[in-house]
Amino acid sequence: MRWMWIDRFLEFTSRKSAKAVKNLSRAEDVFRDHFPGWPVMPASLILEGLAQTGGILVGEANDFREKVVLAKINKARFHREALAGEQLTYSVELLDLRPEGATISGMVHSGNDLVAEAEIMFAHLDQSRSQQVFGEQNFVFSGDLRKLLGLAKLLKS
Amino acid sequence: MPTHAEIYQKVAETLCESLNVDPEEVRPEATLQGDLGAESIDFLDIVFRLERNFGIKIPRGELFPESIFQGDPKFVQDGRVTEAGIQELRNRLPFADVDKFAKDPQLSKIGDLFTVEMVTRYVETKLNGTHK
Repeated sequence: MRWMWIDRFLEFTSRKSAKAVKNLSRAEDVFRDHFPGWPVMPASLILEGLAQTGGILVGEANDFREKVVLAKINKARFHREALAGEQLTYSVELLDLRPEGATISGMVHSGNDLVAEAEIMFAHLDQSRSQQVFGEQNFVFSGDLRKLLGLAKLLKS
Repeated sequence: MPTHAEIYQKVAETLCESLNVDPEEVRPEATLQGDLGAESIDFLDIVFRLERNFGIKIPRGELFPESIFQGDPKFVQDGRVTEAGIQELRNRLPFADVDKFAKDPQLSKIGDLFTVEMVTRYVETKLNGTHK
């Protein structure tokens, strides 16, 4: 299984911004325990969705040649809980892009409500070292995450 | 041209944001790693913020080199930086207080070169062409 916390891209402007949605389904495993009778999307998974939206924006900027890993959450603020049945929209903007990594700012909305906002930094894993540890394959953008972007392009065309 | 004090103030604010430290912890001689708790990934964050806050470009490795000596025995012997190594530091980090480090040049203390004042001098040179 791939750890995927966005459903689909709505907008994607290379090296600039991206928008993705995540539908919070009551059937998801996470809501069984978090919490019984009060299905709240964990804040950490909201951040993960935002990081995936931003991470793909950062990865695409270099044609997915870099291994983009979440390095630091500079700040994060949560304004309210998000419950099963809601649709979250992740909007991210690329703030900085350098050979060593990138920073994005992101906002999470449910309808017009601001649910959360965060600034996230990504590092490009050093090619030579990561090859020693992980081999040639780009384990970050191995398949499913890139397919998401392909799906968005397909639906748009 | 911004003064040294103005640049210092903005550098201090940048470090507070990046390292989540209180303003009173930031002093000119405070070391980024030892005193302010910076980890390796924070150096990239600091570079991003300095570029944004000051509108400057910081080439990779110019402010925070990834490796200065690369295990070269010409520069390091028995855990101490050699005379040639000290010279290399002066060339690579002209903004750092190498004289202070040279008094007891243990390789393990090399992180102490990276102080708030060092970053301030670097930015000052970028902005004004020279530093205090």
